[in-house]
Amino acid sequence: MDFNEDQIQRYSRHILLQDVGVEGQEKISNGKVLIIGAGGLGAPVALYLAAAGVGTIGIIDGDVVDLSNLQRQVIHFTPDVNKSKVQSAKEKINLLNPDVNVITYYDLLTASNALEIIKDYDFIVDGTDNFPVKFLINDACVKAGKPFSHGGILRFDGQTITVLPGTACYRCVFHAPPPANAVPTCSQAGVLGAIAGMLGTIQAAEVLKYLTGVGDLLTNRLLTFNAKTMDFRTIKVKHNHKCQVCGDHPTITDLIDYEQATCEIKSNH
Amino acid sequence: MSTVKLDITKEHCPMTFVKTKIALSKLQSGDILEVLLVEGEPLQNVPKSSREQGYKVLEVSHVEGLVHKVLIEK
Repeated sequence: MDFNEDQIQRYSRHILLQDVGVEGQEKISNGKVLIIGAGGLGAPVALYLAAAGVGTIGIIDGDVVDLSNLQRQVIHFTPDVNKSKVQSAKEKINLLNPDVNVITYYDLLTASNALEIIKDYDFIVDGTDNFPVKFLINDACVKAGKPFSHGGILRFDGQTITVLPGTACYRCVFHAPPPANAVPTCSQAGVLGAIAGMLGTIQAAEVLKYLTGVGDLLTNRLLTFNAKTMDFRTIKVKHNHKCQVCGDHPTITDLIDYEQATCEIKSNH
Repeated sequence: MSTVKLDITKEHCPMTFVKTKIALSKLQSGDILEVLLVEGEPLQNVPKSSREQGYKVLEVSHVEGLVHKVLIEK
């Protein structure tokens, strides 16, 4: 593809990078990325991927913007309150970069729609706030052979891992969701707004590395950080041959909609 | 093997090297890019950046006034 003058200007700082260059920017521009959740994590992921010129960005979220979201979900602005998050996000992406084709799904990801939705994308980003859907995303991506980035934040802590076909999956490390009500979501326990940006931008960088083939992805390594101490750690993890979804003898063959904790009914990512 | 000409005398850093990279990306290995640029930052940076990113700078010569010519092999 030939970039026009505006695109050459817009993407000049990528083109200058030896590891990205014109070829890498073309790969980014041809990329199709699905972001699940237009909340704390999905907001920075969507903004940076839009800025980078990712050709197609899909966003799925069944919520509307709430005033309590604005402390960390930086893609939504005050006048967007009560608007669907996917519409709000789409408007900002279009303003930031008209090159991006935005596909919105005003819906929750479920066992019945997950495979159909992810099938058209090159890479999936988990920007969700609860365990049931995190396991669903993992299982769907593993089954479909789709690479994805897991991310999670709570209070001052964040964690992320990138999963490719064959590398340690989320379920290799965390076998099943904790019992309903055992774990608070960030909307109940609180979360320092800026760590959504810290974690989401790591996920966005992983997407761009995947699309361009640059560097070493965060595979078989779980990155964790605590914003109070600003300690970052990477913990080596291994593909588990006994994993219920990607092991030698998988026992999970159908996708599962785990029970949501009752207190999560009004979720605010 | 062919030679392609590029005039970046009106560009400023870093668009000088961006335009050079765009032009190089359209060439085949072994082709030559003949770049016209002005002295100062462009003359200092474009040959240096080209070498750093793995291209071969064959020649840097003065044309006239502030304008210089750089031959870069892909």
